[in-house]
Amino acid sequence: MKEIALHLLDIVQNSVKAGASHVDIGFALASDGLLTMTVRDDGCGMSPEFVERVRSPFVTTRTTRKVGLGIPLLMQNAMQSGGRVDIDSQVGVGTTITAVFDTRSIDCLPLGDLASTMATIVMGSPDKPEFSLHCESEAGASDFSTEQIRPALDGVSLAEPAVVQWIQESLQEEIEPILGGIMS
Amino acid sequence: MKSLAELEAIRKATLSRINVRTEEKGETTRVVIGMATCGIAAGARPVMLAFMDEIQKRQLAHVTVSQTGCVGMCRLEPMVDVIVPGQEKITYVHVKPDMVPRIVAEHIVNGRPVQEYTIGAAENA
Repeated sequence: MKEIALHLLDIVQNSVKAGASHVDIGFALASDGLLTMTVRDDGCGMSPEFVERVRSPFVTTRTTRKVGLGIPLLMQNAMQSGGRVDIDSQVGVGTTITAVFDTRSIDCLPLGDLASTMATIVMGSPDKPEFSLHCESEAGASDFSTEQIRPALDGVSLAEPAVVQWIQESLQEEIEPILGGIMS
Repeated sequence: MKSLAELEAIRKATLSRINVRTEEKGETTRVVIGMATCGIAAGARPVMLAFMDEIQKRQLAHVTVSQTGCVGMCRLEPMVDVIVPGQEKITYVHVKPDMVPRIVAEHIVNGRPVQEYTIGAAENA
């Protein structure tokens, strides 16, 4: 993956497949350059045994083949920058994945196009779950959620091209002043 | 956040397009993009948004775009299936955003698949 935002697009699919009804995504950039990405869902969760094994590329819930690279690739890139990935999960409650990146490291990926990732995520699962995005840094904070815009759409799908475009453009405007320094 | 009033305008514009779609039921063309780890790493996200953009630009009411997982041919990603009702499914491989306007214009609008981008052309090369 060439962007942290692409890892987000990838691992959010796990939350969707876990049957989550809410997926809360957060990006917090601290003054020391550490970027913390969190993905919290209320999906089916994983047993402690499965959490132990899920870091291996040879573990997947997929039945078509025996490899799953989403989490291993995320771990590789977080650790390469001097960061880490924590997985906290409870069966029946949900899963929270926390990935820390040290953006001061020359080996750290750029954040990338987070607005495009969010638009793509919402487009892929327009009805369920509800997604939220919280971004913060010393420069400020912003919040977006599908629950917040759904009433204004009054039944029109979030997957409509015009809506997807609106999400992408409005997030772009919102995120740039907050996380613009680490986007590319 | 851009204003919710804008969304309201989008809703109204979209509703009229949806009505067109319902009247033409059964005639919907489907675009399906591989969005598993392999697809994303190979560049499926900009391809997906390029399709949305092109469909929006041309105001195509009878086209839906959706995402799918990995079909096991990761080396050919990004892959895009175009399914026109009454015609055989066409699979495009190694799709890049700049190929999208041609696929939309020639295949989706005019019904002539872009042979050189298809899986058949890639596998026989």
